[in-house]
Amino acid sequence: MTQTETPEITASTPPAAEHSSVGAVLLRALRGNVRQYGMLLALALIVVLFQIWTDGILLQPLNVTNLIQQNSYILILAIGMMIVIIAGHIDLSVGSLAAFVGAASAVLMIKHGMSWPLALVLALLIGAAAGAWQGFWIAYIGIPSFIVTLAGMLLFRGGTQIMLQGQSIAPFPRGFQQIGNGFLPEVGPHTNYHNLTLLLGAAVLAVAVLQEVRGRRRAASYGLELLPAGLFLAKLAVITAAVAVFTLLLASYRGFPIVLLILGVLLVGFGYLMRNSIIGRHTYAIGGNEAAAKLSGVKSKRVVFLAFVNMGVLAALAGLVFAARLNAGTPQAGINFELEAIAAAFIGGASASGGVGTVFGAIIGGLVLGVLNNGMSLVGVGTDYQQVIKGLVLLAAVGFDVYNKRKVGS
Amino acid sequence: MAGPVLAMRSITKTFPGVKALSDVNLTVAAGEVHAICGENGAGKSTLMKVLSGVYPHGSYEGEILFQGEPCHFRSIRQSEQRGIVIIHQELALVPYLSIAENIFLGNEHAKRGIISWHRTLSHAAELLKRVGLSENPQTRIADIGVGKQQLVEIAKALAKEVKLLILDEPTAALNDEDSRKLLDLILELKAQGISCIIISHKLNEIAKVADSVTILRDGRTIETLAVGPEGIAEDRIIRGMVGRDLEHRYPERTPEIGEVALAVEDWTVQHPIHHQRKVVDGVSVNVRHGEIVGIAGLMGAGRTELAMSVFGRSYGRHTGGRVLMHGKEVSTRTVPEAIGHGLAYVTEDRKHLGLNLLDDISRNISLSALKKVSRRGVVDEHEEHRVAERYRKSLNIKAPSVFAETGKLSGGNQQKVVLSKWIFAEPEVLILDEPTRGIDVGAKAEIYQVIADLAAQGRAVLVISSELPELLGLCDRIYTMAEGRLTGELGRADATQESLMRLLTTSAATPNEQV
Repeated sequence: MTQTETPEITASTPPAAEHSSVGAVLLRALRGNVRQYGMLLALALIVVLFQIWTDGILLQPLNVTNLIQQNSYILILAIGMMIVIIAGHIDLSVGSLAAFVGAASAVLMIKHGMSWPLALVLALLIGAAAGAWQGFWIAYIGIPSFIVTLAGMLLFRGGTQIMLQGQSIAPFPRGFQQIGNGFLPEVGPHTNYHNLTLLLGAAVLAVAVLQEVRGRRRAASYGLELLPAGLFLAKLAVITAAVAVFTLLLASYRGFPIVLLILGVLLVGFGYLMRNSIIGRHTYAIGGNEAAAKLSGVKSKRVVFLAFVNMGVLAALAGLVFAARLNAGTPQAGINFELEAIAAAFIGGASASGGVGTVFGAIIGGLVLGVLNNGMSLVGVGTDYQQVIKGLVLLAAVGFDVYNKRKVGS
Repeated sequence: MAGPVLAMRSITKTFPGVKALSDVNLTVAAGEVHAICGENGAGKSTLMKVLSGVYPHGSYEGEILFQGEPCHFRSIRQSEQRGIVIIHQELALVPYLSIAENIFLGNEHAKRGIISWHRTLSHAAELLKRVGLSENPQTRIADIGVGKQQLVEIAKALAKEVKLLILDEPTAALNDEDSRKLLDLILELKAQGISCIIISHKLNEIAKVADSVTILRDGRTIETLAVGPEGIAEDRIIRGMVGRDLEHRYPERTPEIGEVALAVEDWTVQHPIHHQRKVVDGVSVNVRHGEIVGIAGLMGAGRTELAMSVFGRSYGRHTGGRVLMHGKEVSTRTVPEAIGHGLAYVTEDRKHLGLNLLDDISRNISLSALKKVSRRGVVDEHEEHRVAERYRKSLNIKAPSVFAETGKLSGGNQQKVVLSKWIFAEPEVLILDEPTRGIDVGAKAEIYQVIADLAAQGRAVLVISSELPELLGLCDRIYTMAEGRLTGELGRADATQESLMRLLTTSAATPNEQV
């Protein structure tokens, strides 16, 4: 950027790393993202509490692995749902669509004997087509997403039952089951830990630290305000500790679940897309103020359409993971998934009117729900009370946000 | 005549940073029609909101006496109970309820919460007769025209036993026939002892119905004139409305005017819902490189609608006319197309149409030209921040950093963010719609400087404004619009506030073509 279209650019260096007090910087960072940091803190608190109440069962390697595998499909849905909600819409059909795709994959693989990789690709395409169908009505015809996806919810559920004729189909080929239950293979010499997991953990740690350092260096070269060095080191230490503990936990059981790899790729990919890509930026702009976005040249119809296509693909993926884990295509799959995914997005910082939220937040929200589910089951709370508590948590999380906004705004 | 029905004394109302009303006095005699005149932003609507309790007692200074008693209204409901009813320019009717239901909305004929339909309908029919509207009370509001809706509003006021009726621009959306009927009705109500305050830009109407005229300017009462039996000279009112010193500083500039950059020819736009209404009717304007051209007009003249329609058909239904850039016809059917051809439209409604208030300064600035700070679809956030930082400095946007949420900035700073956004898009032609509305004097001067600099760089600038001094201070040429039509074009030398105001208050029935 060399052009200077405005008068009198005073080209002095911006007030770069001016030394403000640590507290002030921390406060400023927190204030921007109260909800997300709040939820991260709440998640940590919930984990610690249940760790105590369950006498340490919660964070046992077996249970951590279970937790990931049990919640993976909700987390996948939550990522897509977050994007749809950021754009100012909602999708009630994802549970039914997940069931539909799971059933379709079962029919293709088990009844028609199709090879599983091919069936997998076809299933994802079915999801994309279903998303495009809904996105068309919503974006181009202008029917509210609530209505279109409510219709979709019935449509895909009915379709599932027709396809399966009310019966479950099982079992899936072994390779396909791995998506839901599998782990990365065992390699190398025998240690007490899963070697590949350790390597992967180390790689993740290295990349994360490198990214942080590079980001800091670039920000400095652009003269932006930086975290004070001490705080930055503390941040690195927290990241290192978290990754190390998590890696050791996984490695001391059966290793790295394949579905976690999928989740990791989705989190990083969609996080980057929403934060750094033009289309991601346009999504926020549409949700924040669609009229202003349109007048700025944003092709809002196309962006909304694509958000639903994407949701369709992710719903398909969630359906496949669920079917693989269950090792069956069943008509009852995916019931209430949409509600869990929506709750995860809102707990994780989405705003009901759109324009706000992050993919990372959706994952945090999903984990809060997941840990609550798992922890309460371990403690022996009945599903009746579990629902009551989850309802209250959702209300409290959003209520806190509304209260907080009112205090900041006005 | 008896004593005054209403006396407002020394009313002062301040908003953060702006004194909207300062020591305003208004006295309305019993049984008279009292007109209030003033430019947009003179404080007419604010004064009426103070009167009707929209701004509750305590949020302003001064006192209000109604029928001799002091009033401390805390809500519209309380003022309506005393018989003061305001009918806003944008009608407050529910389109899918019937006429009768609308008339008694909030004021239902009911016993213990159960509505008596017989009384409702018979009373509604009676009221409709009084306002001279022959419609079935069970007709839906959506199915009758704006003129009739206006009458329903008045019937609704009568149902509340109105003693003082306030009409804010009642004929702005009406055609001549409906306007005439409405004015007759006002005179008839007056004969029945109902006092009336009418806010209007149309001086011929005021001359016809008003008994006296109070003129507001810059939030102060200028004078109250009595209207004699022979009417009142419109020039007299105009002089009161505009007679002020040029108090803002405008940048000195020696325009270097080049080729015609944008020409709009014979542009016609229909109202998005009422297709029979032409909001813009056969308008042709052009602007050259390096030139600042003004479009003057009072509220409802069709200026914004013209601009938004040209900019990607963002308003109404376009039915005729073409857009030429550098003499070649281009399509501006969608916003991306319009931007692609080098157009930019800076909205008058920055909160609803200009900014994403949830997002920070830097992301708002980059939005319309994200490609300039991206590579292969990926936004370079650092570059984006640097760009934003540059505009924060050069336009003097007062904010702690470019990461500040735009929703928390003052009006002037928000306006600078919107301007930055469009300057960053590097358009050849900028259409600025009310660029200084609702912002303080200091920020206004800064924005004038930015506009002058843009022209000095060879960009073509169209400025839409209701503030005549602003147009006179900035523009090389000024078009005037009234009721959707072009009523004149004045060069810098010929334009005065009086000559402009005359063209703006010209009724469409007698177009004063000077082009």
